[in-house]
Amino acid sequence: METLGSFFAMGGYAAFVWPAFGVTAAVLIGLLLASLKSWRDNEAALRSLEDSQQTRRRRSERGNAP
Amino acid sequence: MSAFLAIFRRDLALSFRQGSAVTLSVMFFALAVTLFPLGVGPEPQVLARVGAGVLWVAALLSAMLSLDRLFQADHEDGSLDLIALGPLPLEFTALANIAAHWVASGLPLVVISPVLALALNLPLNVMPAVVAAMLLGTPSLSLIGAIGAALTVGVRRGGVLLSLIVLPLYVPVLIFGVAAIDAAAGGAAFRAPLLILGALLALGLALGPIASAAALRLALE
Amino acid sequence: MHRFANPTRVLRIAAAILPWSAALTIVLFASGLYFALVASPIDYQQKDAVRIMYVHVPAAFMGMMGYALLAVASAVGLIWRHPVADLTAKAAAPIGAAFTFVCLVSGSLWGQPTWGTWWVWDARLTSVLILFFLYVGYMAIWQAYDDQARAARAAAILALVGSVNLPIIHYSVTWWNTLHQGSSFSLAGSAIDPAMLLPLGLMTGAFAAYFVTVLIYRLRSEIAQRKLGVLRLRQAEGLQAT
Repeated sequence: METLGSFFAMGGYAAFVWPAFGVTAAVLIGLLLASLKSWRDNEAALRSLEDSQQTRRRRSERGNAP
Repeated sequence: MSAFLAIFRRDLALSFRQGSAVTLSVMFFALAVTLFPLGVGPEPQVLARVGAGVLWVAALLSAMLSLDRLFQADHEDGSLDLIALGPLPLEFTALANIAAHWVASGLPLVVISPVLALALNLPLNVMPAVVAAMLLGTPSLSLIGAIGAALTVGVRRGGVLLSLIVLPLYVPVLIFGVAAIDAAAGGAAFRAPLLILGALLALGLALGPIASAAALRLALE
Repeated sequence: MHRFANPTRVLRIAAAILPWSAALTIVLFASGLYFALVASPIDYQQKDAVRIMYVHVPAAFMGMMGYALLAVASAVGLIWRHPVADLTAKAAAPIGAAFTFVCLVSGSLWGQPTWGTWWVWDARLTSVLILFFLYVGYMAIWQAYDDQARAARAAAILALVGSVNLPIIHYSVTWWNTLHQGSSFSLAGSAIDPAMLLPLGLMTGAFAAYFVTVLIYRLRSEIAQRKLGVLRLRQAEGLQAT
């Protein structure tokens, strides 16, 4: 690549090459972020549910103690 | 064997008693075919060029629309549960259902296809190819479609899901069905596409009832 | 095979693999993109437009590999009733679909400057389009059932039926395409210059490493969601008992 300009021009095919790579990047990054988010959300919900069930169990055990 | 025939005859009787099954399939087929000249213009050469494709796409859509009556009604009123408990393995029950479905919804299309082919300006000499291709292809449509119908029985908005599942699987039948007619129109030998349609039918006979029965068992749990 | 039926074990293995696959993804993308965009020759006819091949072809490959994985996982889940196998298939589907989508879009963008049309009904693109429909149908089945156990088995049946049909569809589309050949449509072009093989290989590797990485996250998410469902059910039953 001679100059940065000629690199971006892609021999005149810039209008096709860059959108192709751009869509690829957008889709792949988007999927990664969505997957990460759903994982974190599910883990957080799971943790809070497990915690609340622990607390309830402990409370009921304490309550049952004479 | 008698159980198989019993179910086959029962389904057939149900379709004809409701009356609409045959009529609806044929009318939809004819209507869909009619839309194409309205869409692309009446020019005979154009119609003859696309005629085989139009015929087959219309047949595919007609087959698909008739699929939801394959298992739905029996599932809804509980008769599917009873039949599944009977002596006949579910695979054969499914095959009997499929056979009856084809006789009521597929065979009429085969009968009417030469008429519609003429309407699309296909030359007279391709009629044998049209009938042969339809005869070999439409049972495959029932067999493959049954898998989708069984998978979506009892599902909300199952009809759209059914189309989405089944149409990609129909593509080989479409391609070779059209190839047979186009080959005949071009004066070439059309035996090869017909043989492939036959092979697809054989595969459908092997795969369809098994997959449909597996899917129906899910629905019956 | 049965060792992997245990979600905890699978999660532990996944956690071990993850840093490696993530690192590989980054390294392969960095090097792959460098060679694809900068340090590889242009095509004699297509000039720089050929660079689109470096995302189009790997995406097509991964789209197909994704479906193969989905089919195998579905078979395992159906035969051995491994819930983790079912969830692996479910997790893999959106990734495969995404690659298939990328293949279609990049193919369209490649087709316009080289063949003059935005969509080309060549054998590969048409087969990939149908593959995309198969993916969407598969994902739709999971959504259609409330009962996730039933959804898993229905989806598995569909995946297996689809995988039997996929070679047939591909063959028939390829055959159909040769029948209607005006000119020889092949987005892959003629024999590939060895200097182009390196970026092609790197990008394919990058996509594969990405697949593994995202699959792990998605599988974790699905397993967590499954546990959530079980716990919520237990909680509702517990509340009823008190």
